[in-house]
Amino acid sequence: MDAFAFYVLALLTVASALVVVTHRNPVVSAVALAFNLVSIAGFYVLLGAQFIGLLQVLVYAGAIMVLILFVIMLLNLAEELPPVKVAGTFQRVLAPAATLTFAVVLGRALWRDTPATLPPASEGFGTAAVLGRELFTRYYYPFEVISLLLVVAMVGAVLLAKRKLT
Amino acid sequence: MDPVAILIAFLKIFLVFNVLMGAVAFMTWVERRVSGIIQYRLGPNRVGPWGLLQPIADGIKFIQKKDIVPDDAYVPFYLMAPALAVVPALFAFVVIPFGPEVVLFGRKVPLVILDMDGGLLWGFAATALGVYALVLAGWASRSKFSLMGGLRSSAQMISYELPLVLSIVAVVLMAGTLRPTEIVAQQAGWFWNWNVCKGIPFLGFLLFTIAGYAETNRVPFDLPEAEGELVAGYHTEYSGMRFAAFFMAEYVNMMTSSALGVTLFLGGWQLGFPVALEGWPLWALQIGAFVAKVAFFQFLFVWVRWTLPRFRYDQLMNLGWKGLLPVSLVNLAATALLVTFDFNVTR
Repeated sequence: MDAFAFYVLALLTVASALVVVTHRNPVVSAVALAFNLVSIAGFYVLLGAQFIGLLQVLVYAGAIMVLILFVIMLLNLAEELPPVKVAGTFQRVLAPAATLTFAVVLGRALWRDTPATLPPASEGFGTAAVLGRELFTRYYYPFEVISLLLVVAMVGAVLLAKRKLT
Repeated sequence: MDPVAILIAFLKIFLVFNVLMGAVAFMTWVERRVSGIIQYRLGPNRVGPWGLLQPIADGIKFIQKKDIVPDDAYVPFYLMAPALAVVPALFAFVVIPFGPEVVLFGRKVPLVILDMDGGLLWGFAATALGVYALVLAGWASRSKFSLMGGLRSSAQMISYELPLVLSIVAVVLMAGTLRPTEIVAQQAGWFWNWNVCKGIPFLGFLLFTIAGYAETNRVPFDLPEAEGELVAGYHTEYSGMRFAAFFMAEYVNMMTSSALGVTLFLGGWQLGFPVALEGWPLWALQIGAFVAKVAFFQFLFVWVRWTLPRFRYDQLMNLGWKGLLPVSLVNLAATALLVTFDFNVTR
């Protein structure tokens, strides 16, 4: 049952991810990305982390993607699709390098930890209470650093928008 | 899995789905009759007794209508959008407890379809996805009125989801759980145990109600359709059953929003006073209490719709970001203080 759900989700995730990068219409890409995020939430639920799965849907698919879609629709009022742009040298070098790095990290993790070597999930794994406790004890500093990062990003965005207006 | 448990789950889904759909049909009649009374006219009163069969006549009319797809429309999204509107609206209802745990043929059956740890989040995740229907319908129609409607709805949903969720967070802080059934269980006994009667949460209740109206696109927040300026907004180009699907989604969203409000603030299916009954009479009474509370909220939706004029767009944004958001943050901080210092908050 779990294996079946996994393969269905995997198929949907990969297919929608391919649509995101290959489709020429940005709105279709955005919707495919939203679909992709929801299917990844399915993986979280399958792994027993239902709280993270629900947050993934609520925050990423429900809020962030809606904003992205809003911006695309606002900027993309012209009927024609944009012309195909050939990637520059910078992009051609950086994109494969970034992909390779990610693949190495992922491959290393998969190589080291097979399902047999991983410890079983702890009591209450994936519930809001346990996750919250972990966030405010063990992962306190990373958590605060991330929130600081978000504030910096927000202030930066406001600053850039203001400069354009005046 | 136990086959009987699966059968019971199916029965519950069947029951909730059909009751919801019946309630939606009934609500269209209520809305038109009540609006008639408010405007000193009769409303639909010809089909059946008091016009009660009007929804059936409407349904037959919708099915007969031609399904029009505009030439310029982006067809996949245009056809998909109505379904995308209804499905998340129905999904959200899954986690709402509509009655106590009853005993059926010697088996304990909790009257909620899915009793999960993050249940409240499930409800909000599902309703948050509903906005895609409006946005995609608006965009795929390739009509300027539809597009404006879609844009407005996405901006409005994002703006009002914040106060909505923050008002819930305050309740969750007090309850210490995200499980709807537990939140209802904590509000047992007399009605002053309901969250709405615990002082500060009353503010949260007001915030939730206002933001709920905005999330369901009801007057005074119905800018995505604003017929005065946008013809019919995001569903301008739709006809027949596809239009009816948007209509249904609006009413199901109203029910879900009401039911969530009842569960969080008004004690869910709790009666609010002790009665000397047990077994099925008590359970029937409690289910009745839930239905009555939701019905009251439905009436409130209609009442407000025919009482208040629509906001202007800038007023809407000002109210959302400069009014509701700061108040909901204050509400959250006040609740956090109450919980920390344990002032008259019963856990």
